[in-house]
Amino acid sequence: MSEKAIIYGLYKDEEKLKEGAQLLRSARIRVKEVFSPFPIHGIDPIIGIDRTWISICSFIYGITGMSLALLMTWYMMVSDWPTDIGGKPSFHFYTALPAFIPVTFESTVFCAGHGMAITFFLRSWILPGVSPKNPDPRTTDDMFCMEIESRMEDQARIVDMLRSSGAVEVNVK
Amino acid sequence: MDTNGMNLTYTLSSKTKRICQILIGVGLLFTVIGIFKHEQTAIQVQRIWSNIWVNIMFFFGISLLATFFYAVQYAAEAAWAVTYKRIMESVMKFLPVGAALVLVYGILGVLHVHHTWKWMDPTIVAGDKMLQNKSAFLNPAMFLGMTIVFLAVYFAYQRWTCKASMEIDANGDGVSMWKTNKTRAAGFLVFFGFTSVVGSWFWLMSIDAHWFSTLFGWYVFAGQWVSAIIVFNLIGLHLKNKGQGEFINESHQHDMGKWMFAISFLWTYLWFSQFMLIWYANLPEEVGYYLARWDDYRGLLWTMFFVNFAVPMLMLMSRDSKRNRTFIFIVGFIIFFFHWVDTFIMIMPGTMGQEGHLGLMEIGMFLLSCGGFAWYVLSQLAKAPLLVKNHPYIDESLHFHI
Repeated sequence: MSEKAIIYGLYKDEEKLKEGAQLLRSARIRVKEVFSPFPIHGIDPIIGIDRTWISICSFIYGITGMSLALLMTWYMMVSDWPTDIGGKPSFHFYTALPAFIPVTFESTVFCAGHGMAITFFLRSWILPGVSPKNPDPRTTDDMFCMEIESRMEDQARIVDMLRSSGAVEVNVK
Repeated sequence: MDTNGMNLTYTLSSKTKRICQILIGVGLLFTVIGIFKHEQTAIQVQRIWSNIWVNIMFFFGISLLATFFYAVQYAAEAAWAVTYKRIMESVMKFLPVGAALVLVYGILGVLHVHHTWKWMDPTIVAGDKMLQNKSAFLNPAMFLGMTIVFLAVYFAYQRWTCKASMEIDANGDGVSMWKTNKTRAAGFLVFFGFTSVVGSWFWLMSIDAHWFSTLFGWYVFAGQWVSAIIVFNLIGLHLKNKGQGEFINESHQHDMGKWMFAISFLWTYLWFSQFMLIWYANLPEEVGYYLARWDDYRGLLWTMFFVNFAVPMLMLMSRDSKRNRTFIFIVGFIIFFFHWVDTFIMIMPGTMGQEGHLGLMEIGMFLLSCGGFAWYVLSQLAKAPLLVKNHPYIDESLHFHI
């Protein structure tokens, strides 16, 4: 495999970055990654990122949380030690169900929320002790950075394209 | 997006009119059969009156909550729904009719023409200690006074804001009106926030005069709100089907679908919070309300609750289904009917006791009201261009993308 060049184009304006990415895309050059201080609206289809699966994960975590809570209340309050609270008939699960709904709801939300956050951290590999993938600390403040991985011979062309689309700084590694 | 090429004049086509006429015709037929099927006893007369009140409350509530939602758009400076403004206005224009019906029905109640509110009957109050204790609040003068004041303010705001919307179209200056629009909307919301709750005590909660619930106002509010959102959705789909809804893009539909989804949960949450606490605490002064529904309306009560909860949850959860017209249409249609059933269950056990049920007359009067309401609202829609002009946010809304 031939040597690869990694090019960073830094922009002051996210709209300029989007234009640059569009330009590269029309020249069939893949943008590997974009680093930005905030989510850029409409960038995903331009740099070829598919729709996230995290909502489906969240649904599965929610279902899990709900099932766990129902199992827990059934075991604790009905099966293992039938509990009589305020004269409520807890000897069948379904007759006492309304009393179990709040905890089920909380458990569903808890599992969906935490599961989604943990999935996000794992997927983006943002964990304690992990060194940041961010090539330039200024992208956490007011700069937008585009990372392109290309063949050596394309390098000059790409640098030109980045500059012409309004990149204020282009670094090659 | 260029609005020049769009056809912004809505005409009530003969096909749409025919559908409304069929609804009214079938409704009328069912109602007449329903009325004459039975002997005209006192309870049958009560049944007719109760049905009238169910439909007045349901459709008046839709127009009132449309006004509320419209005011929210201004107060929150929301841009996305600007393309829906004329649709909302057409629904809001039913408010004068609905308010007049509420007032007439209330006056007839005070005059003892019908007996929807038992506490209005002095002979019943004379033998009832609890109603005597409540009589400082629950008395005809208070009822009529508050009803008139509330409805007058709702009507004044609705009339003013619809007129202002047309004026902005005509004089080309949406910016100078912006502040007035915003402050009046905010003022209306404050007034509405308190009075819609008190109104629901008078109009709906006091039918079961012994019972009270602090959550009741919100629960009624959420049910009427989701019904109003469904109407916006259905009118939007109707325009799309006619090929006139170019200004409603997929993102608008997605967001309106989200509202339908979200407010269904608000309603479920409030309904269940009220039910669960009363069921759990089992206090004699509270539990009677649900016992009446549990004993004689159990099937309807639980069907209504589960449909209004589960159908939007399961069918509108994914992003794609909220952007799918067929899904929105089916879900909207189903939960529209079952929110009407919700209103039915608020009223009938209190007025009819064990005798109330969902029969031919009830369905007939619902269809009749649906046809009339649709006809009225769509002819209001035909009176103005489908899209506002000169609104400061109209461009942003036309380019709305999520």
